[in-house]
Amino acid sequence: MLEVARLDAFYGRAQILHEVGLRVGPGEALALLGRNGAGKSTTLRAIMAQGPRRTGEIRLLGADVSRLQTHELVQAGIGYVPEDRRIFTDLTVMENLEVGRRPARPGHAPWTAERLFALFPNLAEMRQRRGGQMSGGEQQMLTLARTLMGNPLLLLLDEPSEGLAPRIVEQIALAVMALKTEGLSILLCEQNLHFARLICDRACVMARGRLVFEGSFATLEADPARRDALLSV
Amino acid sequence: MSPPLLEAESLAKSYGGVAAVRGVSFSLAAGEILALIGPNGAGKSTCFGLLGGQVKPDAGTVRLSGQDITGAPPRRLFRLGVGRTFQIAATFASMSVRENVAVALLSHHRALARPFGRATHPHHAETDTLLDLVGLADQAGRASGELAYGDIKRLELALALANAPRLLLMDEPTAGMASGERIALMRLVARLARERNMGILFTEHDMDVVFEHADRVLVLDRGSLIAQGPPAAIRADAQVRVIYLGTGLTFAGDADA
Amino acid sequence: MDFFVAQFLTGLASACSLFLVASGLSIIFGVTRIVNFAHGAFYMLGAYVAYSLTERFSGALGFWAALVCAAALVAVLGVAMEILLLRRIYRAPELFQLLATFGVTLMVEDLVVLVFGPEDLLGPRAPGLKGAVDILGQAIPAYDLFLVALGPLVLGAIWLAFHNTRWGILVRAATQDRDMVAALGVNQKWLFTSVFALGVFLAALGGALQLPREAVNHAMDLKIIVEVFVVVVIGGLGSVTGAFLAAVLVCELNAFGVLVLPQVSLVLVFAVMALVLVLRPYGLLGRPDGAARPAIGTFITPWRPFTARERMLVAALIALVALLPLGAGVYVLSVAAEIAIFVLFAASLHFLMGAGGLPSFGHAAYFGLGAYGAAFALKLAGLSMAGAILLGPLLGLAGAVLFGWFCVRLSGVYSAMLTLAFAQIAWAVAFQWVGVTGGDNGLLGIWPQGFAATPAGFYWLALALAIMGVAALRTLIFSPFGYALRAARDNAARAEALGIDRHRIQWAAFALAGLFAAVAGALFAFLKGSVFPDTLGIPLSVDALAMVLLGGVETISGGVVGAIAYKLLSIWLMSETVHSKLVLGAVIVTLVVAFPHGIGGAFTRLRDRLGGAAA
Repeated sequence: MLEVARLDAFYGRAQILHEVGLRVGPGEALALLGRNGAGKSTTLRAIMAQGPRRTGEIRLLGADVSRLQTHELVQAGIGYVPEDRRIFTDLTVMENLEVGRRPARPGHAPWTAERLFALFPNLAEMRQRRGGQMSGGEQQMLTLARTLMGNPLLLLLDEPSEGLAPRIVEQIALAVMALKTEGLSILLCEQNLHFARLICDRACVMARGRLVFEGSFATLEADPARRDALLSV
Repeated sequence: MSPPLLEAESLAKSYGGVAAVRGVSFSLAAGEILALIGPNGAGKSTCFGLLGGQVKPDAGTVRLSGQDITGAPPRRLFRLGVGRTFQIAATFASMSVRENVAVALLSHHRALARPFGRATHPHHAETDTLLDLVGLADQAGRASGELAYGDIKRLELALALANAPRLLLMDEPTAGMASGERIALMRLVARLARERNMGILFTEHDMDVVFEHADRVLVLDRGSLIAQGPPAAIRADAQVRVIYLGTGLTFAGDADA
Repeated sequence: MDFFVAQFLTGLASACSLFLVASGLSIIFGVTRIVNFAHGAFYMLGAYVAYSLTERFSGALGFWAALVCAAALVAVLGVAMEILLLRRIYRAPELFQLLATFGVTLMVEDLVVLVFGPEDLLGPRAPGLKGAVDILGQAIPAYDLFLVALGPLVLGAIWLAFHNTRWGILVRAATQDRDMVAALGVNQKWLFTSVFALGVFLAALGGALQLPREAVNHAMDLKIIVEVFVVVVIGGLGSVTGAFLAAVLVCELNAFGVLVLPQVSLVLVFAVMALVLVLRPYGLLGRPDGAARPAIGTFITPWRPFTARERMLVAALIALVALLPLGAGVYVLSVAAEIAIFVLFAASLHFLMGAGGLPSFGHAAYFGLGAYGAAFALKLAGLSMAGAILLGPLLGLAGAVLFGWFCVRLSGVYSAMLTLAFAQIAWAVAFQWVGVTGGDNGLLGIWPQGFAATPAGFYWLALALAIMGVAALRTLIFSPFGYALRAARDNAARAEALGIDRHRIQWAAFALAGLFAAVAGALFAFLKGSVFPDTLGIPLSVDALAMVLLGGVETISGGVVGAIAYKLLSIWLMSETVHSKLVLGAVIVTLVVAFPHGIGGAFTRLRDRLGGAAA
């Protein structure tokens, strides 16, 4: 589905990503782990051509997409759920969804507001509420739903559990698991290891802008000392 | 007994109804190095803004050596002996390295309003001392806009030290630096804290830096302090490990099963 | 009472066109972050094209069709400008976009005269609305009542479009976070273009609707753009409802201000705008602009004083220039004196913009105030020329102190628009307060005295003062004060954390820049022997801005180099072509697209590259 090779990224003179390489298979969910500031979000932003200047190779379904602009990447099938949610606070829930709406992809049932409300029942009760008046958890659900309206083939999820209460994290995890079951490929940035393990098959760990681990969760968890060295305090 | 260097009491701040910092209290002694850590979105930046005068708290007080400085603007904190570095290093890009430091020193000596005379002439020796201290003496003449990011971080430290601060607030002092540079910078900061009896509060993602240099660690999660203590205790704290590895309260059992 | 109702309705009717133009500007800014100076030009084009079409279309239907067709045609022109010009400079600093759209405005002004002739054109009355309606004993033109109703209708239509169409929802979303809209797969390019089309359509419709109310002329654009700036600053950039409220407020203030302060009704509008900005820095319904972009480009090479060799070179150049009277006639000396005066004027603006990072679109206000100050000192206080040149500039200083207090408190675009509005207010006062300023007739008989009475003497005086002024500004730049100012420009957060009171230091810089501009203005009064409101006018402000940007904001001598080049160019153009504005506008547009760093900047870069190759 997605192949990233030798991805470097720069803010001005500072190089912030070094030779990052990733592979997400069709229907696979890959976790991108690491502490704050390790370069996880930057990797997603770099893939989406938002923010840092980048070099390297990015392939989607085998086609080179490294020269496409953000909106073309979305049209090609990548859905991006950014870190800080970035809900349109002046727009209602329905209007937020409308911004994300894109034509259906042949061979895939298109997402509709009603299908999304089945996935996120909370949202169904607040169709006309403005984004600014929603709680953090509701906003996170909305930002996910909004991206799904674009009928993506691959979902880039940036810290969907950040700053949310466990009960909300659970609802979101259930929803993402359902999406995976439907065949969506997922690249998930997370600090929450349990959340990531629930959803993902494999994990990559980043530190200081580089990949420092790649493998199964079993391998990562097999050595708790190493796991904690990579991820914990 | 004299009051602590920095004292925060029940600080609270919310944005549009969402609480970013809720009831944070702690104190910092002179000469102490205190680290503030926590996952993304825990409220570290807001906390730092509250202490540095960039953000006004909804409730709570901040005291510097017993003096109430709640909501004081940054320029007043500078006069009171607070130094500050930013997450994204803030220097004056149109000036040379030496000129950057000259501005900071002129401000410290209250000579910035003078409309005549060369700005770079006074305090020459003091400028050299500061540049030597952070290891930029050989780059004094370079444009700061063309420095490597690690050097910009060091220049920023020199600026923050210009008012001989008693308290230094550092927001991610080593972010964006290479490993060797990180260690050197933090060793310098630690040495200065000991030598000058300067209090230091810093946020940091690099746990090696935190555990090597901090005397004490504060852990924020969702706006509240959930733990504080010496590094070893924090490292062993079960709750802290959980928040760094993810709450997983609901799922840990299922997933392991 | 009845009279007040009539006055109120007249105000509402005037508000309609103003609202259309302002809402268009506001919508365009909301999505593209471009302040479209050419919006006034599109308004004017709307009126001219509508005039032509009403001549061709006949019948009642023809009139209304002409208005709508005119607006649509002008919208097509607007789209052409967006695609051909603005798409190249979306990432450029705000100031360059303003300057580019100003260049377009200049071109349009000349083109309009070329195509439609210089005379005022009186359009037809609106069919079916030619009469007046009796309201409480007062005769109100029926067309005014139509406009009173149209304003809210358009507001409602825009609201409906923004809330009930996909396009409108995208526009609202992009106004808040355009990068996120792109991250959801929307092509920003075409969204921007469509928004531009709507904004220009509204502006042109506003112009076309004025056809039955006032004569069409080629100065309409500047008049409306100033009012529009005031309206969007009061209402809040990006808010259509805010634009409506502010348009009504401004027009009612004008309507009733005439009753209270007939000479200077604009002062009332100014006072209200100042009040609104103090209470709400982003206007009534505006909101803080999250990502503030630098108004001016980034600086790479630090400024440095002249080396000993360069100082010798400059001294030699000055000596050479000072010898000019030995070989030049009266005309050349007068041109040279004018250039010297403009060097000082441009250097003062360069100080404000380059060192201070504070763009000003109304720097002529202080130039003109200095000129009037000198004239008052000579005529009213009976001082000598020396006294007038010494004390006259204090009027400019006072103006800069007053206006600067507001300008330094606002961010980039708001501040720039405010400087323009202030300058226009100063112009309006000079124009309307006939008893003191002589209004359009100006103040005459301000001739140099003593040694300066000869062309050579005055040239030396102007040259000496310009050199002293430029040297003083350079000294300031390298003084501690200058460094504090540049520090505040480079990084406000860092400057504040180093104990620098940013507002106070920028305010002082604003006042100083105003003072030096005023000295230039005082000299200008004696050069011309007279003072007219033009010395405060927008064209002069923009001349100064073009000089600075042409010379290069980022280059320390940019103001000086730019003033000489621009002044020579415009004097030459003036003698070669009658369409100097057209050529000048084209030159400005070309320069913005081709040399975003100005002549001086290009020179510095070249020198750096050669120096780098040698090292």
